[in-house]
Amino acid sequence: MITLTHVLALSGILFAIAVAGVFLNRKNVIVLLMCIELMLLAVNFNFVAFSRFTGDLGGQIFVFFILTVAAAEAAIGLAILVVVFRERRSINVEDLDTLQG
Amino acid sequence: MFTSILFVVFSVVLICAALGVILARNPVHCALLLVLCFFNSAVIWLMLDAEFLGIVLVLVYVGAVMVLFLFVVMMLDIDSERFRKELSGYWPLAVAVAGFVVFAIINVIVVRNLGGADLKLAPALPPHYSNTRALGEVLFTQYAYPTQLAAVILLVASVAAIILTLRRRTGHKPQDIAAQVAVRAKDRVRLVKMASEKGP
Repeated sequence: MITLTHVLALSGILFAIAVAGVFLNRKNVIVLLMCIELMLLAVNFNFVAFSRFTGDLGGQIFVFFILTVAAAEAAIGLAILVVVFRERRSINVEDLDTLQG
Repeated sequence: MFTSILFVVFSVVLICAALGVILARNPVHCALLLVLCFFNSAVIWLMLDAEFLGIVLVLVYVGAVMVLFLFVVMMLDIDSERFRKELSGYWPLAVAVAGFVVFAIINVIVVRNLGGADLKLAPALPPHYSNTRALGEVLFTQYAYPTQLAAVILLVASVAAIILTLRRRTGHKPQDIAAQVAVRAKDRVRLVKMASEKGP
């Protein structure tokens, strides 16, 4: 039987993998954006699980809005990435340090 | 029992695919493994009786967002072999932070016994229950205003993405549609009245 513990543990592991991915991928901004998508997916798991186990549909509505915002974030993030690549010919995180001074 | 086996199988594939996303060298492989992640998540959401969200995850994420990712990976034409020859020097930090996050979350769930609830204890769904219908009834009544806000967010995002990536080329001669439509016959055609010629 699936219990709430199982789903929450799965989402915790998924979130930890995504956090590790942000640390590991210092070369490619696209993979960083994918790690952020993975984090949002882990968070959505929690909402879906709690929604099912408390019988409250509000959690699923919230997942719906998170999906909307995540889609908007991906579209704008990738557009910014395209503009950055056009300007700098690179999407290496270490090359994008103009604001560092 | 069968549900538990399915849950374990899909969870294991999901975690392996997530590890693949952060460890793969080629960004295209990362994107494809992320698609696998989304498919497995959709199946697990279906098992948690969130049918509408499971289908939306496949349609919106796999069908739109991941295709956008793949499109950008293809368009940027980055030299993937130049990336990730070896593991980043930050890997001990990554393992430490990930371990801490897992420890904290498992601690909260297991030690505090937050998640003792079994699916049997979850409220039983009535027969002929439609998740989509139930969700729609809440979404368009109680959450009608946030839904409109979400629509505005999507509109702003699409306008922003178009404006950001619009390329203004120099030395390029576009049509001026307004001028073409506004033109009248008298601007272009000159009717000339002249006496007919006499024949020989």
